[in-house]
Amino acid sequence: MSKGRFGIHGGQYIPETLMNEIIKLEEAYDHYKNDPEFVAELQRLMETYAGRPSLLYYAENMTRDLGGAKIYFKREDLNHTGSHKINNCLGQALLAKKMGKTRLIAETGAGQHGVATATVAALLGMECEIFMGKLDTERQALNVYRMELLGAKVHPVESGTATLKDAVNECMREWTNRVADTHYVLGSVMGPHPFPTIVRDFQSVISREARAQILELEGKLPDVVMACVGGGSNAMGMFYNFVEDKEVQLIGCEAAGRGVDTDRTAATIATGSEGVFHGMKSYFCQNEYGQIAPVYSISAGLDYPGIGPEHAYLHDIGRAQYVPVTDDEAVDAFEYIARQEGIVAAIESSHAVAHLMKIAPKMRKDQIIICCLSGRGDKDVAAIARYRGKELYE
Amino acid sequence: MNRIASAFQNKKAFIGFITAGDPDLSRTPEFILQMVRGGADLIEVGIPFSDPIAEGPVIQDANVRALSKGCTTDQVFDMVKEVRRQSDVPIVFMTYLNVLFKYGYEKFCDRCVECGADGMIIPDMPYEEREELLPIARAHDLRLISMIAPTSKERIRMIAKEAEGFIYVVSSMGVTGMRNDIKTDIGSMIEEIRAVTDTPAAVGFGIHTRAQVEEYEKIADGSIVGSAIVRIIAEYGENAGEKLYDYVAEMTGKR
Repeated sequence: MSKGRFGIHGGQYIPETLMNEIIKLEEAYDHYKNDPEFVAELQRLMETYAGRPSLLYYAENMTRDLGGAKIYFKREDLNHTGSHKINNCLGQALLAKKMGKTRLIAETGAGQHGVATATVAALLGMECEIFMGKLDTERQALNVYRMELLGAKVHPVESGTATLKDAVNECMREWTNRVADTHYVLGSVMGPHPFPTIVRDFQSVISREARAQILELEGKLPDVVMACVGGGSNAMGMFYNFVEDKEVQLIGCEAAGRGVDTDRTAATIATGSEGVFHGMKSYFCQNEYGQIAPVYSISAGLDYPGIGPEHAYLHDIGRAQYVPVTDDEAVDAFEYIARQEGIVAAIESSHAVAHLMKIAPKMRKDQIIICCLSGRGDKDVAAIARYRGKELYE
Repeated sequence: MNRIASAFQNKKAFIGFITAGDPDLSRTPEFILQMVRGGADLIEVGIPFSDPIAEGPVIQDANVRALSKGCTTDQVFDMVKEVRRQSDVPIVFMTYLNVLFKYGYEKFCDRCVECGADGMIIPDMPYEEREELLPIARAHDLRLISMIAPTSKERIRMIAKEAEGFIYVVSSMGVTGMRNDIKTDIGSMIEEIRAVTDTPAAVGFGIHTRAQVEEYEKIADGSIVGSAIVRIIAEYGENAGEKLYDYVAEMTGKR
């Protein structure tokens, strides 16, 4: 079994052209993650640039309205650039710079990761090119312009389903084309080793803070920790420091699209099977011949046919539970949290909020839920309006 | 008996690639046989995959055409069986690991033997990940072809030492597709390979002219041509057979 395994999942299923680069990346990461100067520099950027620590917010109105568990939101939506993606981008870009790279490339779905990468590239004076499915450039037009504003070149990807998976394909192709000066800032806990570990480590700040914050506020651990899952980076960050706390239930919320009994879904754990794709062994939505399925979700950020290998492992061993949430449920939650708490959460994060609305009323009042609000929903407002039949365009 | 070695016996091998099922699987046997008539010594049969990350636009499009016609792995096995009735040309499959994984490695290799295929090239299965497939392939007398890239450097000897069938020397960075200017020092890559093994080395990625083939015949054991062949099929569709013969014959110097 090769390196970077989570149970049977993970590995390094990539073209030979990239192997030396991946090995170099692993060596650099192993060195710098323990380098006091690197750690201090990242910490400084996290505090002074990204705005960390992010708040752990007690949602009093929703707690009262739902009438069950006490609800806390980990406010990654308040980070600079509006999502948890900045945590990983700062870490990887700094690492890339230490490796002597001058150019960053990245895939993006909703545009959150692309914006975060473009932002960090601007900050650190690096070249930046973003690959985004053509369909996604249309449904997230504002983010495309935002990336261009930040100095990045955005490539609309027309191959395949023209969404996130195709953007990853194109990004990998570009990386094999030009690897000497270029680092691929993979946006989620997926891809070949060491990416799932690197991204998880940089995102684990979410649960490191949340765990300390809840102990400070409540004097005890939460009963449930939950987050939305596409590739699974905010969820892995939210889960990581609670994995050893066996009494804490971990719940990942997948995008079911129109429903897991339809073919318009992106719920990988619910509808997928084991496979090897995008550099990793994990679960994927695919047909009997291993052709990757065209997936669908209202959320461009969750519209991905796979899930990170560590999530696949947490699922296998029963440590985390993965539940499907439909478009309808997510849109209801998007509106509900806006009215209840005055928070416009990303449609991705709203998938987790939707499941929270189902479980909170069934829990006791002395129980606690922490839900990760991975991003803010400004980018989704026009799409939600259209979903509700209002012809609103950005 | 595995047929791959015969492609390199006392000659430089011309290896032609074709995506099975493009534009329709019923045409693929004829296309293969035309390439063999034109002088191809080994045929790489691409089993279409939804997300071929090592391919440039030409072969990506061929995958889309084949899949949109409903081409499946089982049908590709049947197609090769049909070719086998008429030709002993060595055949290796070129596809992505998920196609084999989902089919089941054991079952996939069984079917390779049954239809008369000789091996496979899997661009997303590097040296480090071969162990899960290699023993099964070997037990079936199938060759798992190793790839060496311009970035392989100190990995060349490690990979070459254990390579079997032939070594696929990737001429260029990036994905498959025709190139006029290949800058990689392929000569020194081949020297590294020669230092540790006698397994033949064939050069691929970017090759599309007779001049390139002649150049690589001087330093390597063969040339691999893919996108240029697939482009002819894209242009002439179901009637590409004669054109494929003409092109391969020109590339092999048969005419």
